[in-house]
Amino acid sequence: MTLRLRTLRTWLVWLVYAFLYVPILVVIVYSFNDARYTTEWKGFTLKWYSALAANGPLVDAALNSLSVATLAATIATVLGTLAAICIRRYRFPGRKVLHGCIYVLTVSPDIVMGISLLIFFIAMGVQLGFWTLLAAHVTLALPFVTVTVLARLAEFDEQLIEAARDLGASEWRAFRHVLLPLAAPAVAAGWLLSFTLSMDDVLVSFFVTGPTFEVLPLRVYSMVRLGVKPDINALSAVMFTLTIVLVLLAQTLTRTRRK
Amino acid sequence: MTRRRPFRTASIAVVWLWLGLFALLPNLGLLLVTFLERGESDFVSLVFTWDNYARLADPVFVRILGESLWLAAASTLVCLLIGYPFAYAVATARRGLRPWLLLLVVIPFWTNSLIRTYALIIILKSQGIASNVLMALGLVSEPVSFMYGEFAVFTGLTYTLLPFMILPLYASIEKLDKRLLDAAKDLGASSLRAFWHVTLPLTLPGIVAGCMLVFLPSLGCFYIPEILGGAKSMLIGNFIKNQFLVARDWPLGAAASTIMTALLVLMIIGYWLSSRRVALRERKGADTGAATAGRTPDGGHDMTHGADGARRARGRA
Repeated sequence: MTLRLRTLRTWLVWLVYAFLYVPILVVIVYSFNDARYTTEWKGFTLKWYSALAANGPLVDAALNSLSVATLAATIATVLGTLAAICIRRYRFPGRKVLHGCIYVLTVSPDIVMGISLLIFFIAMGVQLGFWTLLAAHVTLALPFVTVTVLARLAEFDEQLIEAARDLGASEWRAFRHVLLPLAAPAVAAGWLLSFTLSMDDVLVSFFVTGPTFEVLPLRVYSMVRLGVKPDINALSAVMFTLTIVLVLLAQTLTRTRRK
Repeated sequence: MTRRRPFRTASIAVVWLWLGLFALLPNLGLLLVTFLERGESDFVSLVFTWDNYARLADPVFVRILGESLWLAAASTLVCLLIGYPFAYAVATARRGLRPWLLLLVVIPFWTNSLIRTYALIIILKSQGIASNVLMALGLVSEPVSFMYGEFAVFTGLTYTLLPFMILPLYASIEKLDKRLLDAAKDLGASSLRAFWHVTLPLTLPGIVAGCMLVFLPSLGCFYIPEILGGAKSMLIGNFIKNQFLVARDWPLGAAASTIMTALLVLMIIGYWLSSRRVALRERKGADTGAATAGRTPDGGHDMTHGADGARRARGRA
């Protein structure tokens, strides 16, 4: 590669990172700015963070989101891992349909899932709220867990399982003692992915939750629509920091497990 | 097969039950609603009609559809034009550096998309960062606002969805056997020709997958036009949302959503065709000895590296 092309490449990489990160960094800087309406720097303050902690509905919504995301991620991980094992290990009628179904669900637009579930829940006469949201988030995350675990299962030797089975292990024992430990990093990654999908989701939650159960993305949505406010800057900074911690945690988790 | 395997049976049953109940049944219901009449007291009344599709021919909807498709296509194109060289640069960087470069793409991807959309307001608004920078450079004489309009929505879509383009592209470029390029150059091809005839066709599944992951969500993300576009902008996603939550015209909203589903089906077919072509090419290459031994002949067909690779990569970070 010529020198000029190489410089061009470096510039491009830096520009894309700047495009991705500058807006977020600006928000974080402004969250410490002691000014309500202007974008001028008026000195350092932490008051927007205390305003955030005092915002009752927001804290409630955050707690609701955390509980739904934790539960939904756990259920989706169990079901998604089972689906991956079924697809990889067993031959049964409808296996290919199941596989195809999983892939289509990963690419199908969230808004379509949202409205189809809304129609379904209303038709069944179910009250919209915690349970409908939970079911929707499990369905949203499940295919991503399956795909993650499937990729991991494709890497290791099928004969390990067969050996366990030949030695007299039941299907459950083979799963518990051979398959699961081998797939563990992908299962953990699947859980984290489900958790963030649930925490981040606006499009599905918008349709399937009721007024009695508000979650963080919807609360943030109604705040953000009203325009720029310093306490949203503080909220953004908190959420961004949490994300980085989570990503780094996932990174080290999968690294050490693989060794 | 003769042994009784309760674990196997239970697993298959549970998975099918969940997907049947919360994925297949609702989607069938959605399809059914598109053929029903709007109800007076309930949301729909059980009368068969084609009318909902006919109502989509309304000029208002056609204009929204046109604008949505144009905005989505423009964002997809820009994401591809930025994403391809970027993914190429990352995929050809030093091996030890690659995971870190990729991690930096993944982090915004994990970050709440509402927060990221909100961050753009500060940049784009009147007397915002963009305006100040332009004024400092002397390009404009008074503060400008980029907010509330097509441009802001376009920027928002590109900004939010760029990682979805980069990750599948990276996966397919990294898989590419660099020796094929060397072979092409040895045979006298210029860099451009080698790119056009080797790199581009072999990374086509990644391109199609990336386009699918940018194009489809950009039609549906109603919050980006609502936050950045102001009252004027409306995409299909906003139209569908309004039919369901404001106008209470479920059949019309459901019919509009079938357009998105139809586009999804078209793109899946496109993905399948492109990856089949790559698989065939690689198999042919393996036969003639141009491709190296030890490479799986079905390389391109592995969908795990394509369509869902991007969103899945969040989990593998």
